[in-house]
Amino acid sequence: MKVCQAESISLHHYLQGYTYQMLKKLKIYFELFSVFFKIGAFTFGGGWAMISIIEKEVVGKKNWISKEEFVDALAISQSLPGILAVNISIYTGNKLRSLKGAIVATLGTVLPSFMMILAIAIFFTRIYHDPNVVAVFNGIRPAVVALIIVPVFSTAKSAKIDKTNFWIPIVGALLIWLLGVSPIYIIFGAAAFGVIRMLVRSR
Amino acid sequence: MIYLQLFWVYFKIGLFGFGGGYAMLSLIQHEVVEKHQWITDAQFTDIVAISQMTPGPVGINSATYIGYIVSGNSVWGSAIATFAVCLPSFVLMLLVSRMVLKYKENRWVNAIFTGLRPAIVGLIAAAALSLMNGQNFPDIKSIIMCAAAFVAVKFLKIHPILMIVIAGVIGFFFFKPVQPVSEPIVEVVRSFHFGLEGLG
Repeated sequence: MKVCQAESISLHHYLQGYTYQMLKKLKIYFELFSVFFKIGAFTFGGGWAMISIIEKEVVGKKNWISKEEFVDALAISQSLPGILAVNISIYTGNKLRSLKGAIVATLGTVLPSFMMILAIAIFFTRIYHDPNVVAVFNGIRPAVVALIIVPVFSTAKSAKIDKTNFWIPIVGALLIWLLGVSPIYIIFGAAAFGVIRMLVRSR
Repeated sequence: MIYLQLFWVYFKIGLFGFGGGYAMLSLIQHEVVEKHQWITDAQFTDIVAISQMTPGPVGINSATYIGYIVSGNSVWGSAIATFAVCLPSFVLMLLVSRMVLKYKENRWVNAIFTGLRPAIVGLIAAAALSLMNGQNFPDIKSIIMCAAAFVAVKFLKIHPILMIVIAGVIGFFFFKPVQPVSEPIVEVVRSFHFGLEGLG
């Protein structure tokens, strides 16, 4: 009788431990999904507006990537084709849980806008003419611009901007803004500059 | 057949769409409006307007919407176009970020990133500058909103999502459009509101 009880207890504990391990394993996927779902659901005004939200959640709260690595992740995401926000979620997901993590994070980012647009396409194509909706977005748009200015300062810190390289962001921003140069040329130019400077210095 | 075409067109858009949402727009317009004539210019403008008013990247939004229309109102059209636009960058991002994580200490990779990092700051600044236009800032109210949001997020550490919600609520009460939008549905909505005001 005693033996039997002992066995059942150990089996019970074993099962408990097993489910615990399983849940622990799944927890990170759930977190990845929910963080990027939140990011996807609250990004208005394109990928750049997402940066302050991603920084707050992924770098600040969850500590999944460091401030410095975040700038590198941005650099890779912007150097490759595709949607900036999706690219950053692929980077983060891959870093935490390889391919599966990347898939889960991408689904999280894409699903909110997918469902929202699908609902609009099916039900109300002309919602955006409602003056109340227009009013809400008249308020959100200037705030979104502020959300893009904030990471200019935080990434400047992480990118270690000093008196030797402060001209790079200024020239880059002016070329894109005033002359309409495509950001991809700025990226290639900056990468080439980095390589040339290393070669000159190591000589 | 139309699904294959949708897949191919959005795969191309995903593969050659450098530089984020708005750079992607001209490519989408070229493929979907001019080349394949799946939708009209007016419909395309509608999609851009909807994208600006719904969350999410404009690339995803347009893929979902156009996929739905082009496939004769099928959810599968949406799903295929959205999947196709993500696929190229998914493969490339996985390969490149794994390479970079592996060769982080390599001096060539390091040199490239010391050049890239400051440029990224400039890219974000350019995105902010290009949004500082008359459409987003029609009056002094919107400039105050932007400044207040900046202080709230940067110094008071308000969460950006909370800031968007607050800005939306403030907009609802204080940022009503000055000129009425001349669309029939708007007339209906406005008379409804006047009716409520009359009751109040």
